[in-house]
Amino acid sequence: MGGEELEITPEVTAERIRKYLESAKRFDGRKPDEFREVIIEKGVSKKAEGSVRVKVGKTEVIVGVKMDVATPYPDSPDKGNLMVTAEFLPLSSSRIELGPPKFDSIEVGRVIDRIIRESKYIELEKLCIKEGEKVWTVFIDIYTINDDGNIVDAAGIGAVTALKLAKVPKYDEEKGRPIYGEYESSLPLRKMNPFTITVHKIGKNLIVDPTKEEEDVSETRITIGSSDGIIHSLQKGNSSSFTIEELEKCFEIVEKVWKELFKKVEAQLK
Amino acid sequence: MTPKNFKRPDGRKLDEMRPFEAKVGIIPNADGSAMYKSGDTIAIAAVYGPKKMHPQHSQNPEKGTLRCTYNMNSFSVSERIKPGPSRRSTEISRITEWALEPVLMLDKFPNMVVDVHINIIQADAGTRCAGINAAAMALAHAGIPMKEMVSSISVGKLDKTIVVDLSKEEEDFEEGEGPTDIPISMTHSGNITHFQLDGKIDSKQLMEAIELAKKSCEEIYEVQKQALKNSINLNGGED
Repeated sequence: MGGEELEITPEVTAERIRKYLESAKRFDGRKPDEFREVIIEKGVSKKAEGSVRVKVGKTEVIVGVKMDVATPYPDSPDKGNLMVTAEFLPLSSSRIELGPPKFDSIEVGRVIDRIIRESKYIELEKLCIKEGEKVWTVFIDIYTINDDGNIVDAAGIGAVTALKLAKVPKYDEEKGRPIYGEYESSLPLRKMNPFTITVHKIGKNLIVDPTKEEEDVSETRITIGSSDGIIHSLQKGNSSSFTIEELEKCFEIVEKVWKELFKKVEAQLK
Repeated sequence: MTPKNFKRPDGRKLDEMRPFEAKVGIIPNADGSAMYKSGDTIAIAAVYGPKKMHPQHSQNPEKGTLRCTYNMNSFSVSERIKPGPSRRSTEISRITEWALEPVLMLDKFPNMVVDVHINIIQADAGTRCAGINAAAMALAHAGIPMKEMVSSISVGKLDKTIVVDLSKEEEDFEEGEGPTDIPISMTHSGNITHFQLDGKIDSKQLMEAIELAKKSCEEIYEVQKQALKNSINLNGGED
């Protein structure tokens, strides 16, 4: 039984995390640039056009893709729309309270939106039904199930893999609505894997894929969205700063980790 | 009352539930958690607490508070629903509290709150019942003192025929008198803690429906009990 609330990682633990990292060690035995095990379960909701459960260590998210027909935005009359939301469910951690969306969930939604949008991963130009009038909207909705750190990268893996599995519903021209449950084709995607990888700075050390405890100790972080060495989006978070040398190191780490992550995800999707 | 040629869309017998299963201990962060699946409906529930109630003026010095939140994932249904609370989810949350409170010994936790978060991952009718079944197991898993278990099932009437565990297809049944949906929750000893009805039915048939719910809840109870037993690792304690 819980009894007391789970508080932020205590200072003694924080101190120990920093000490360990000085000799490049982590509590769970990982190297600083080592990602946790990734497990992907395909199709968690039959009603979604594509859905996955992604586990990164003990962190777990589910991501679903839904599609609907809508009017296009005035500045892109011949392109489909994209909308990404993230919800940090109170079910996933004792720290999350009920109420309107907090900054964390807004940021995750926006960061994932930007990597998917800026990498042009979805061929939105192929999702136009009638220019200026009807286009498909792709909704990517992210839900946290268990938060043990690094929700953002798990969400990114979830978004990319849910899109890979997604199918475009048939379109009923008379009614101007989708026919859910009947599919036309796969969702048109470019050949790439736009994952986000977040590097955290603790003292002078840089680590990836932090657990919740490590995330608490993190001074600053940078989330880099990239595919095959090309960076498409980037966001630095928290108040502390990076030196230029540290940033260069971050880019190297991300390039290496992306390749490993790609293999892990590919193996899971087989 | 039942016409001789009446057939359910998925070929089930009148008193046959959809295949259902339960699993306890699915969310490591939670003090208690469970999954309940009935046909294509999947509910998960997590319990956090008992913990201090904030803000202080919400505290009840006589007994603890049970706080349930029911939430549907946007992609759990065909037509995406906007994430976040709605009038429907607000009502179901409260009804879930009413269904579960009678078996909880909340007087042991004055000024405290027990949070139960229910999430519907995939919806095909009967989500509130699935949520209540999952929540009851999650509460037991969290070690909240309970007098007994709560099980929940939706019975219904399709035209003139009483059936158990309506699917979405059956909920949209349009022949004759149409569908009547009757979600019922009851304790293992048979006390009804939750009861709703939408449709058209006379009291005689309603009694028939309640009897069918009781029989079905007994089957669900066995599965809930087994799932709770399975969550205990006899070799090294819980977890």
